[in-house]
Amino acid sequence: MNAELFDCRVAFAETLIELAETDERVVVVVNDSVGSSNLAEFQRRFPERTINVGIAEQTMVGVGAGLALSGRIPFVSAAASFLTGRATEQIKVDAAYANTNVKLCGQSPGMGYGALGATHHSIEDISWLRALPGLTIIVPADPAETSAAVRWMAAHEGPVYLRVSRLPVPNIFDQTYRFSPGRGRVVRDGPAATVVANGVCLTRALEAANLLAEQGVEIRVVSMPSVQPLDEDLVLACAAATGRLVTVEEGQVSGGLGAAVASLLAVKRPTPMRILGVPGVFAPTGSEPWLLDHFGMDPAGIAAAVRELL
Amino acid sequence: MNQPPTLPVFGPIPRGTPPDEAAARLAEIARAIRRRDVLVIAGAGQGHIGGDFSAIDILATLYFAVLNLDPADPADPERDRFVLSKGHCSAALYTTLAAFGLLEAAALDTYMRPGSKLNGHPDRNKVTGVEANTGTLGHGLPVAAGFALAAKLDASPRRTFVLTGDGELEEGSNWEAMMTAAHHGLENLTVIADVNGLQQGATTVATTALAPLADKANAFGLEVVEVSGHDHRALLETFNAPPTGKPRFVLAHTVKGYPISFMSGNVAWHHKVPGPAQVAQILEELS
Repeated sequence: MNAELFDCRVAFAETLIELAETDERVVVVVNDSVGSSNLAEFQRRFPERTINVGIAEQTMVGVGAGLALSGRIPFVSAAASFLTGRATEQIKVDAAYANTNVKLCGQSPGMGYGALGATHHSIEDISWLRALPGLTIIVPADPAETSAAVRWMAAHEGPVYLRVSRLPVPNIFDQTYRFSPGRGRVVRDGPAATVVANGVCLTRALEAANLLAEQGVEIRVVSMPSVQPLDEDLVLACAAATGRLVTVEEGQVSGGLGAAVASLLAVKRPTPMRILGVPGVFAPTGSEPWLLDHFGMDPAGIAAAVRELL
Repeated sequence: MNQPPTLPVFGPIPRGTPPDEAAARLAEIARAIRRRDVLVIAGAGQGHIGGDFSAIDILATLYFAVLNLDPADPADPERDRFVLSKGHCSAALYTTLAAFGLLEAAALDTYMRPGSKLNGHPDRNKVTGVEANTGTLGHGLPVAAGFALAAKLDASPRRTFVLTGDGELEEGSNWEAMMTAAHHGLENLTVIADVNGLQQGATTVATTALAPLADKANAFGLEVVEVSGHDHRALLETFNAPPTGKPRFVLAHTVKGYPISFMSGNVAWHHKVPGPAQVAQILEELS
């Protein structure tokens, strides 16, 4: 793992520009969020295809649906909290129920806005959106996963929600990475337990695996960017192979990645689990890394959760 | 009681038809749609007949004399778009689509029955000719703004029309979208407000007063036109008027339940279902 850190928002914006260069259909729709979506260069290159509706999230998603139904590929990009909170019903009706080709891009999700607080945190988005049939939900862990997801979204016909993380992370995957919906990936292998993570938590899960290895415990670490659909085969295979499972996500534990994994295992292969995330509270004041540590999603905390199962 | 009406398929009225002749044909089409709509609702035992009847003249004018829409090629990317934002008036839309030849008339008898594609609120994935999923109020106008923006980006002459209720304009998303549409100069967008003055339980005045609606829309940057929503010739001329650089806001004054004597302007008929004697009287009044 390279120690140099990268911003997934840069990968997001660069990939969108690359797609827009060759595909006239690609447009972005923003709620005065060119800056927070890192789309200033996109706007400079493609001013006509940068549609700013103003601070109006319901209209932003509705306009995205109208553009999609007219043959465009709209990437609707805004702070995840406002996109998914203010326009939840438009995401339900205009994107998911109407089955329109809208690409919803939630910027600085989870606790990415740190000390700005609970109004700006988007720790509910995955729980809210998992209830919507037909909506693909992607939580990439690094720049390569983010770029690959954006490329897949442009090629795929149907509504998608993508988280674009703010916290700098090391490169985990290389540029040959290809995203597939409903597919996770084993990033590190070991027999003692499996840690399933996504978003900025995958880096921390890998660091936890290093800590455990120093103590003689080898674990499997799985990257699970596709929350919906979930890679059920891989989860069941991990449960069979390691018998213990920990999930780690930057969001509320009610209805998120851990809940999806637990629902599957409870029915098909009951397996001892721990679910790490935000445990049903609004986060206190703090930076994103501090908050992740605070809720036990630091490497030592993840390692401790694994040890509880051993 | 006269014979239960069958619904003929009316072709689009040819462009260039003299306005009085076009208006006379629209009146005939609208009467046929109303006569069939009442049976759709009575058959289902549910629906929103008051709002249907306030909107049917607008729907008939749009489909048969305004929209560039070929019933034989409803997926043409260059077609004009119509969004029924007041999606609870789905029976009026379905009946109009059947009269236009986009929906088989037999389907109307399945309205809101288990498994029917004719849901109480329209679903574009189930019914050809439905352009957006509506029913939750305040959704149609933002989507219509997206249609209009796309046409502008494509430098296409295609137009977009969206029909909202007046009570529906209490939803803030409409005003967001009107600001956006005005800012982007969407002169290819026409917002039609079906101003019948009644919402589910009371008058709009008693609920949340919308007046002065024309001034509000004007202040939001739209070109405002006031018209009778039951005057086919006036509607035709308003909808087909050349663009002015601004989105158009047509304040269509209507009567809920129009033109039926016992329903007109009566809030009880928002979603009351007529019984057999009332159906007979409605058909009689529309004969």
